[in-house]
Amino acid sequence: MSKNKKNIVTLTGVGKSFGAVKALQNVQLEISTGECIGLVGHNGAGKSTLMNILAGTLTPTKGEINVSQVAQDQLYNVAIAHQQGIRCVFQELSLCPNLTVTENTRVMHASLQGWGWRKKAGALIIDMLDEIFPGHGISIKALIDDLSLSQRQMVEIARAFSITDTQLRIVILDEPTSSLDAVVADQLLQHIRRFVSRGGACVLISHMLEEILSSCDRIVVMRDGTVVAEKNATDFNRDSLVAAMGSMAREYQHDANDDAASKRQGTALINCAPKLQHDEQQLRVYKGEIVGLAGLAGQGQTEMLVQLFSPQKSMAFVAGDRQSDGIFPLWSIAENITIGSMRNLLRKFLLDKNSAAALASHWQQKIAIRSPDLNHNILSLSGGNQQKALFARALASNAQTVLMDDPMRGVDIGTKQDVYDMIRAEADNGRTFLWYTTEFDELKHCDHVYVFRNGEIVADIPKTQMNEQRILQASFKASAA
Amino acid sequence: MTLSPRMFRSLLPAMSLSVILIAIFYLQPRTMSYFGLNLLLNLALPIAFATLAQMCIITVNDLDLGIGGFVGVVACIGATLLNDSPLLGVLALLGCIASYAALGALIHLRQLPSIVVTLGMSFFWLGLALMILPRPGGSAPQWLHAIMTFKTPYIPFTIIALSVVALLVHWMLKVSAYGTILRGAGGNPSSVERAGWSLLKTKVTMYALAGCFGVLAGLTLVGLTTSGDANIALRYTLLTIAGVILGGGEFVGGRISPIGAVLGAVTLTLTGSFLAFLHISPDWQIGAQGGILILVLALRAIINRAETR
Repeated sequence: MSKNKKNIVTLTGVGKSFGAVKALQNVQLEISTGECIGLVGHNGAGKSTLMNILAGTLTPTKGEINVSQVAQDQLYNVAIAHQQGIRCVFQELSLCPNLTVTENTRVMHASLQGWGWRKKAGALIIDMLDEIFPGHGISIKALIDDLSLSQRQMVEIARAFSITDTQLRIVILDEPTSSLDAVVADQLLQHIRRFVSRGGACVLISHMLEEILSSCDRIVVMRDGTVVAEKNATDFNRDSLVAAMGSMAREYQHDANDDAASKRQGTALINCAPKLQHDEQQLRVYKGEIVGLAGLAGQGQTEMLVQLFSPQKSMAFVAGDRQSDGIFPLWSIAENITIGSMRNLLRKFLLDKNSAAALASHWQQKIAIRSPDLNHNILSLSGGNQQKALFARALASNAQTVLMDDPMRGVDIGTKQDVYDMIRAEADNGRTFLWYTTEFDELKHCDHVYVFRNGEIVADIPKTQMNEQRILQASFKASAA
Repeated sequence: MTLSPRMFRSLLPAMSLSVILIAIFYLQPRTMSYFGLNLLLNLALPIAFATLAQMCIITVNDLDLGIGGFVGVVACIGATLLNDSPLLGVLALLGCIASYAALGALIHLRQLPSIVVTLGMSFFWLGLALMILPRPGGSAPQWLHAIMTFKTPYIPFTIIALSVVALLVHWMLKVSAYGTILRGAGGNPSSVERAGWSLLKTKVTMYALAGCFGVLAGLTLVGLTTSGDANIALRYTLLTIAGVILGGGEFVGGRISPIGAVLGAVTLTLTGSFLAFLHISPDWQIGAQGGILILVLALRAIINRAETR
């Protein structure tokens, strides 16, 4: 590592809350010239939030950002970050699909204007593409729409590394290799090393631990919105890195409940393999079980639930994104609860209003929905209580199997406890639950866990053998394997 | 070299126009003259301006249901205030443009659906026009009428004006550096914002531009008709949307073509004459315009399918 490192950015005590949810707490981070920092952590550890704050797209609720030793105030934003030479390649692609490669370069660089801007922008991006990804085969006149996913990613990366009149000091790459093949990913990692050796700085966020270990100088491990470990990359290996991401203190305590007879007897209620499964592994669900679908976010768990879902087989679905898939925003709380049970509330052809109201208030009490009047609009409830209403909808129906798509996202801890207890009680009454969750704590409530990676089941863990270490190991498998 | 589906699609507006022109020339060969073309394309200029106004709004993923009423207001101002006290008239027109810009700011800041806001505004514009000119009448300023009936040598004025306007707007939105940002704001707003651009500014710019084109549409219209009428351009609202789509634009995603929009507007204008030459009652005109639209869009869908294959 170079001896004359200069500090570029220092974050001190940075915190960020979204409502009641604390995404980041008291984070310290220093970035200096000539280093590549690896940032790792499980889902929701706060990596992307931290990088958004650094890039100026989110404003922290607490703490201080120092750029070149100068404290930035609340007005720190993307434009200032750009001026200071801080750029970010965001996880979701952020190019304009209706513009060409050249035009997208212009969007990034305000200084490309006046006569001949198109020529300058074209030269800028093609030189950078040629430098980072030799043999990329991308035409600068092509619309982004017409490029493949990995070509788009290449353009976006090349655009972030391109330099006009403003300096370029830090490039933040959030999961840049997720849509690149091994050869191209390697080209990128080599470029990162070149960039760093010329005095630039990189922050690399990746789930590919091999990448992080081989390309970074320093590795920062995050968990639950805080930095839990920060060491030179040479002081880590795969196992110690995985260990740092999990929490030893929270090692699962086996309780008396585990010794209860396994429900894995007789014939399985559901016996199904994910579409992308290569081996014989199957998802098996028995009556009265709570089965957890674990792994990193977006590894095929939701797809599995959608594949399994069929209302004819007495199933109900609790959506994770309640704003877009869950609630009917114009309806009352009671209507939102009873919509799943309409068939049972019919008297001849018409809806029996009294039994509908009775059903709604029964579930209000049972699940403790905090509202003075169930005829109020659903949006009058807090987020957690809206989610409770969605649970009530699923449980009030006579569905025997309930599929849950990460339903506790952004729900406060008190509500969670209420819902966990109720799920357990309902399972004891013979209902079956399939539960996709990205939080390890929730898996503790499951009788059996399947870990997903790249759309496949990679681990099949009964409750008695479950611990965080094992789930993390399965979630992050070597990319080469 | 074979014609790629994309090329074919971008040539589609020009091809639809050629087909209808050839059909008209076939039915009535005398239109193939300076005088004939002038008559045919007479009303194309105001419609083309209004279509460009609509296109500006569609670029930023909005829709303007008030443009017809707005053009009516401008025509009424043109036939009254602008003639009687030119200074006041010019100020009133500038006020119209400013109110369009303010509309864009309101829609962006309050995150309102543009369809609702502009539909509401369409009634406001109509009311305003009726207040300015309760009965059809008034008279256009002499200079305006003189411009609109100006005789250019060899090629009719309308054709020259249409070409100049199409190329100018093409340059503004498709070639210039800031035009790229404006279209990008339609394609992926968050990406443009993350690159440090103000989305408020892009929206206000596009709405102000739409206001300018709306004013030009109203003035050219009143220059042709020489008198104003509050209801004169109500039909324009849907006609302009059809023109933009016919010209290769899409409702969302910042995919627009100024040259295409002008060609689309001209095509829709010509369908009226085409039906007249076929001795079909003008009552059928709107239906026929719809039919042409369906035909062209179906063709585009077929091309898109060929492209994805």
